[in-house]
Amino acid sequence: MLDDFFTRAVLAGIGVALVAGPLGCFIVWRRMAYFGDTLSHGALLGVALSLLLQVNTTLTVFVVSSALAVLLLLLRRQGTLSSDALLGLLSHSALAIGLVCLAFMTWVRMDLLGLLFGDILAVNRQDLLLIYGGGALVLLVLAWIWRPLFAATVNPDLAAAEGIKPERVNLIFTLLLAGVIAIAMKVVGVLLITALLIIPAASARRLSSGPEVMAVIASLLGCGAVVAGLFGSLEWDTPSGPSIVVAAMCIFIVSLAPWERLLAKRGLKRSTNP
Amino acid sequence: MNAMEKPALSGQDRQAPLVRLERAGVSSGGRWLVRGVDLSVSPGEIVTLIGPNGSGKSTSAKMALGILTPSEGKAERKRGLKVGYVPQKLLVDWTLPLTVRRFMALTVKLSDAQIHAALERTGAAHLMRAEVRHLSGGELQRVLLARAIAVSPDLLVLDEPVQGVDYSGEIAIYELISRLRTELGCGVLMISHDLHVVMAATDQVICLNGHVCCRGTPSAVSQSPAFLQLFGHRAGAGIAVYQHHHDHVHLPDGRVRHADGTVSEDCAGEHCEAPHGHEDHSHDHASHHAHAHGEGCGHDHVHDHNHGHAHDHSHTHSGEAVKETTDAR
Repeated sequence: MLDDFFTRAVLAGIGVALVAGPLGCFIVWRRMAYFGDTLSHGALLGVALSLLLQVNTTLTVFVVSSALAVLLLLLRRQGTLSSDALLGLLSHSALAIGLVCLAFMTWVRMDLLGLLFGDILAVNRQDLLLIYGGGALVLLVLAWIWRPLFAATVNPDLAAAEGIKPERVNLIFTLLLAGVIAIAMKVVGVLLITALLIIPAASARRLSSGPEVMAVIASLLGCGAVVAGLFGSLEWDTPSGPSIVVAAMCIFIVSLAPWERLLAKRGLKRSTNP
Repeated sequence: MNAMEKPALSGQDRQAPLVRLERAGVSSGGRWLVRGVDLSVSPGEIVTLIGPNGSGKSTSAKMALGILTPSEGKAERKRGLKVGYVPQKLLVDWTLPLTVRRFMALTVKLSDAQIHAALERTGAAHLMRAEVRHLSGGELQRVLLARAIAVSPDLLVLDEPVQGVDYSGEIAIYELISRLRTELGCGVLMISHDLHVVMAATDQVICLNGHVCCRGTPSAVSQSPAFLQLFGHRAGAGIAVYQHHHDHVHLPDGRVRHADGTVSEDCAGEHCEAPHGHEDHSHDHASHHAHAHGEGCGHDHVHDHNHGHAHDHSHTHSGEAVKETTDAR
């Protein structure tokens, strides 16, 4: 069954979507979309480094993204720059430096588009093993820190007052994020990872009554987007990574309109009228 | 450091403080947010921090909680201290689906029964299924308080627990806090910028303005020169040191309006005597406070009638109130 490249692609996409759902919820709740962007752009730098040093790409991407994350946390604590400007600065610098480094390595033939937008159809068995093994590890750790991380998300002071160490769970969470970026890069590429994290989570919001429910629904919607996007790309011969994101976007739009009255929920009026 | 600083519970066997700040201060960006704060909260004691905006009340509380590390001085907490915290602000973004029930179990796992019991205590049980961001100001405060007490904390830290609550709700919440203190035996550190209602159950008021301006019992602080300077004389004159039963009101001119609407020159009569059956405590503390308020306490008899209710925790104040009343006469 795994011999078919398309089956492997679907499995890989589902694996990533399952992990991206809960993490994406936290990104949405904590308003960290730009932060995720920065880490994933830093992944390109990781790829360049791994080619230069000839070491495992996934591992290097994870290390570089983690280092970037820790740097960001430290800079933010100093509070010299607004975190928005800081993230913009680092995000695009990391992307640009990565591209420049790759350009310097003239001896390497690199599929740049594959890096930027993903190459899910080229996923092999080893990649699958990495996605499911790494993904399971990420989810396990997330489950372990779920309550303190959620408490620190709702109110860091309250969490700290009642015996939780917000900085520690924040750090663990950022490392998990770096891990997801490392394993998801092949599926959707560095430019679109954040989309796979955020869009299913945002779509899940209006269908959820609680944070845990929202995490599960985000995972399921992400899987739906992967399947729909891949079949769409097969049908219309479109690039697979972007197709998945377009499918996720369609799911988000569907999640917007009719459910409000059906589930008697309120609160999203802002996003329907700009 | 005068006798006014003696905590009201000094007559009792003091337990080790739950939390203590010693000459603690926090500086940020080369500026002192607050400096030289000494405070301690013991089990069963209510300490209230008051002061204008930006006077360092929340900062002091955060030092006590360990959220902020003091830049100078010391902050000590009892080992294994269980804390319930009501933060000043709680903004829940619309992206976050959060019901009251889930919010209650924010930092620890709780059973539905525990959640219900805690909400019941603060009169918010009907809100269990509500979304936190749809709560009104008063409802949110009740839920926050319920969440803080759900784990039977050793120390409750309440940062403006009555904000957004109307006057009668405010009194109900203060009553609740003082009842919880008795029932749970916890220490309470409370912050308020609202001086109109300072709870009489407060054992010690610490008035902050970047540093400790003055401290003492509520009635002593409301008359202290530093307090009057900080908040103006009108604040001192109009301040109502809240007592539990409003069977009469003290008018600004010193006369008394009773519950039935009649106005008399003073509140003489049966309800102004020392609380029956509390004589022991009354005399005890009355004599203690007679010294404590010996000087600088020309009370204008604007407050303090604590009669007819037999809460344990109010004994010390009953005594004090009676003594001050007599002073004024």
